[in-house]
Amino acid sequence: MEVQGDVRPWGGIGIRNHVLIMPSVVCAAEVATRIAAAVPGTVAVPHQHGCGQIGADFEQTKRTLVGYGANPNVAGVLVVGLGCEKVAGETVAAEIAARGQRTELIIIQKEGGSRRAVTKGIEIAKQLVEEARQVKPKPVPASALVLGLECGGSDATSGLAANPALGVASDLLVAAGGTSILSETPEIMGAEHLLARRAVDETTSKRLFEIVAQVEEGARRRGADIRGAQPAPGNIAGGITTIEEKSLGCLYKAGTAPIQGVMDYAERPGGNGLWVMDTPGHDVESVTGMVAGGANIVVFTTGRGNPAGCAIAPVIKVTGNSSTYFNMEENMDVNAGTIIEGTETIEQVGQRIFDLMLAVARGKLTKAEELGHREFAITRIGPSL
Amino acid sequence: MRAIVLTEKDNVATAVENLSAGAEVRVSVGTKELVVKLVNAIQFGHKFALKGISQGGEVIKYGEVMGKAATDIAPGEHVHVHNVESQRGRGDLAVKGGGQ
Repeated sequence: MEVQGDVRPWGGIGIRNHVLIMPSVVCAAEVATRIAAAVPGTVAVPHQHGCGQIGADFEQTKRTLVGYGANPNVAGVLVVGLGCEKVAGETVAAEIAARGQRTELIIIQKEGGSRRAVTKGIEIAKQLVEEARQVKPKPVPASALVLGLECGGSDATSGLAANPALGVASDLLVAAGGTSILSETPEIMGAEHLLARRAVDETTSKRLFEIVAQVEEGARRRGADIRGAQPAPGNIAGGITTIEEKSLGCLYKAGTAPIQGVMDYAERPGGNGLWVMDTPGHDVESVTGMVAGGANIVVFTTGRGNPAGCAIAPVIKVTGNSSTYFNMEENMDVNAGTIIEGTETIEQVGQRIFDLMLAVARGKLTKAEELGHREFAITRIGPSL
Repeated sequence: MRAIVLTEKDNVATAVENLSAGAEVRVSVGTKELVVKLVNAIQFGHKFALKGISQGGEVIKYGEVMGKAATDIAPGEHVHVHNVESQRGRGDLAVKGGGQ
């Protein structure tokens, strides 16, 4: 089983060839956005972080930016810093370059203002696009795929159709030697005992219970009921009653493979197989974390219809609700509602998702890519100082 | 089938079309078939009880506990946020002193 991949000088295999314009701090976001707007073939990831962050929160933002810049779907990255921020442009660029990635850097204060920084950034970005054009895709094994599993805007069909079908696709990838990442810790709550049974060792099993307990402790600390956020109002309207029910349905997307380990947000898996990443249920933050951890393709199930994509990884949308499929057809790649209607089995749709993943890895654009959905969001541990 | 029951342990079914109150719905539970007369109208994706569930009793879907009944629930009754309590992530209960 082969796909088309771009093999990076450092060995990473990408299935897209993006030039990324990455601000290290919110104050550089506008300059980064203007550079990307002026140079076709580039994409910017404006965000609101990088300043007033300390400790684990600072480390996590830095790790996310570095991991995202070093994702193999990126051919080259231009880091845009301001010059006085905590998540320094120099540090982010140096850490991305240390992973072997083609990296450039501009600092707005050193360039002498916005206009000069934009002008210089455009020049550099054009050069990076030119270099990216020289990369010729070649056949690579399907095991090069690192799949981010995501679900958002769930309804009752998610647990009955879309997630079980995605689980079949995830198992097919793992059987082919690939890697799959399950995330969204709050949506493990109530089903962690089922996942923990699949852990390869005691450490992993304990860690699964721990990350869920942390989310629950967070709710207690805030004196709040997670209902209303988990499940969300749309989930409830769609028939999901409790977080336990939502989680039980969510877990199907991780198929049946053993869990190799648990990673922090934006951390890289330690090998092939199925891994769990500790992320929030916030879909865009979760996808960003998995892509920063090396996911080069994402499959996103959605009962009610969610349009979100990703700046550098193709996102395939699967819905188990035929009404949603036809209502938002421009956003949806796969209709798994056929499972509910009884015209296709879970296995058949799972195979269809897997085949589409291979086609996307050979260059087919997803609906989110065609529409230019490039969502990016980093999760935070603490408030800004 | 107009409603799906996932495992034999389940005491709720999920409607896969909009169902009217009073309708008699045939569902497969494992190898058996069951007919449930609906107390309420059940929307696509929503659940109804297969049998009576007493207040405090476990509501089971996917063969697992998905919450506890907040009131007595009759067979054929709509099972949702109005009569099921989540047991997890309940920081509000901790505030009231009753939480886990």
